[in-house]
Amino acid sequence: MTSVHVTNLTKDYALRDGLRRRTLRAVDRVSFDLVPGRTVALVGESGSGKSTIAKLLTRLERPSSGRVDVLLDDRTPVRGSVYRRHVQMVFQDPFASLNPFHTVEHHVARPLRLHGRTHDAAATRARVLEMLERVNLDPAEAIAARRPHELSGGQRQRVAIARALAPGAQVLVADEPVSMLDVSIRLGVLNLLGRLQREDRLAVLYITHDLATARHFSDEILVLYRGRVVERGPADAVILDPHHDYTKLLALAAPDPDRATSLVRTETPDRSGIDNSVCYDHGLGAWVHVDEAEAAAAQAHAPVARAVGA
Amino acid sequence: MTNLRPETTLPLGPVADEGAAPAGAGAPPAAAAPGPAAARPRAAWRLLLPTMTPWLAVGLVLIGLITLLGVVGPWLVGDPATIRDIGLTGPSGDHWLGTTQTGQDVLAQLAHATRGSLQIGLIVGVLATVLSAFFGIYGAYLGGVADEAFSLLSNVFLVIPGLPLVIVISGFVPRESRGLWTIAVVLALTSWAASARVLRAQTLSVRSRDYVAASRLSGERPWRVIVVEILPNLLPVLASQLVYAIIAAVLGEAGLSFLGLGASNSSTLGTMLFYAQNGFALPLGAWWWFVPPGLVIALLGMGLSLVNFSIDEIIDPRLRNARTARRRTRQAARRDRAAGRRGTGATAPADPAAVPAPAEVIR
Repeated sequence: MTSVHVTNLTKDYALRDGLRRRTLRAVDRVSFDLVPGRTVALVGESGSGKSTIAKLLTRLERPSSGRVDVLLDDRTPVRGSVYRRHVQMVFQDPFASLNPFHTVEHHVARPLRLHGRTHDAAATRARVLEMLERVNLDPAEAIAARRPHELSGGQRQRVAIARALAPGAQVLVADEPVSMLDVSIRLGVLNLLGRLQREDRLAVLYITHDLATARHFSDEILVLYRGRVVERGPADAVILDPHHDYTKLLALAAPDPDRATSLVRTETPDRSGIDNSVCYDHGLGAWVHVDEAEAAAAQAHAPVARAVGA
Repeated sequence: MTNLRPETTLPLGPVADEGAAPAGAGAPPAAAAPGPAAARPRAAWRLLLPTMTPWLAVGLVLIGLITLLGVVGPWLVGDPATIRDIGLTGPSGDHWLGTTQTGQDVLAQLAHATRGSLQIGLIVGVLATVLSAFFGIYGAYLGGVADEAFSLLSNVFLVIPGLPLVIVISGFVPRESRGLWTIAVVLALTSWAASARVLRAQTLSVRSRDYVAASRLSGERPWRVIVVEILPNLLPVLASQLVYAIIAAVLGEAGLSFLGLGASNSSTLGTMLFYAQNGFALPLGAWWWFVPPGLVIALLGMGLSLVNFSIDEIIDPRLRNARTARRRTRQAARRDRAAGRRGTGATAPADPAAVPAPAEVIR
């Protein structure tokens, strides 16, 4: 099994504003662990750095500082091209994440071949059909021959999940996997992810802005605000007993039939008082300043401190 | 969407008939693109083919005839260089397009010249497209410094005035070493830059899509990401650029040859015009000498442009939607007129189906 240790992950983007150059810190010293069989949810609004963390974790972008250590059971680090075999991702938009030119079979077969899971055409085909059946795409034969535009959003997302699992991934980053889907099929896709996670003992990073599904689907929740973690803890504790102002705001933003007034509230809540330099940690039951958290994380992962940035 | 369009448009002219039947075959890709419930699976290349329209048909027929003239013609006509003592005679049974000042058969010359022009058009078209694909797509995919360098290069080539440079280069190269390939390379070097910019823009858009990230995530190598994931989505643009490059090359070469700067020992439509000009065809009223090559150039350009318009519809589906909307309005109007002539309510039930069709297409 594979686990991921994220330590003080930071990403700066260079912005060019005329002649001046600025940097935007999209992610600031974020630390968490992904262990097999458990789901960590990253919750936050647009622009809070959720998707950047996904890109850093999947190595689509390089971190500015901080580390992502992917370790096997015997604590040997995973590096190089093998990394992609272990860490895979499901993208947000199933309409954009599948190439309109290629068949479903191509999308699932390529990772199988690339990672040496199958070696000849017949075996690949059999494996593709098996993967499609695993994600409840039935009849697999017919679906495999189709192109993305012939599938519904839910079906596409299932194909994307099959593709992500095809290399034999142990760590799955799900970047808002259901936010582009119809409400009626969201639960189906989430339940599928849950089932696959149980079967394969996957470590899942579930990125969402929806507190309700985060609670339903994950074990631990990290609330992200402007690049920093502002509250973290077991899912139920964070949702039922929010401490940070921003978490409370998020909870208020969700429509709640018992609180009918919130549905007609029109003014934008005042955010001037929200401070993202402190984080409420439900595990410790205390507020932690971001600098203290940085030091603690650096210490906690010091033994495995071999660079993965390569 | 498709079943809203009854294919029973009987009382139409030949043009509309030609348009209606192939459009029925071409419509499913249009309908399938946004809709999740396509009727049956289709090959990807079907999506890349333009819808058959009367204009496309005209363009293809023109190109086909001219290609036939250039490919098969030279074997059917006599030697274009044979000199006879019947200088400047008009079209007749023996010489369908008359003769030149020195009694050479114009039709024979036309067939050989068409072959020469098509040859240079194809060579330059392919060369320019390959160059633009390399600099446009590869640079945009790599990004960063490589992209900056490649687009600087193409910008430099873009501002170089094409024809004057070609004239200067052709003037410098001695006539005996100025072969077909020299001219082709010179023309290709001056014409790739604009399409490289178009391809770069398109590549920048495609490479930022999630499926490219997903294929990188699967561990695909960069060349495979470019060739297998990005390139197919650029094929319509590439095809359009190729057609455009061919037109530009044929015209450019004709211009060069007309100025006497073309490839030595070559026979193209431009050299024909050059000799016609030198032989005072215009003052002498020998229209059969200069009109045919001019007409072939014009018709080839027209045919290629018509094909290009159809390819543009694949790149920008809005153009196609506008065309289908126009056609449906026309058909609806025609049905209305037909119903009005009959003056009965017999066709009335068909009308409600016809009315929403145009509105559905307009977004």
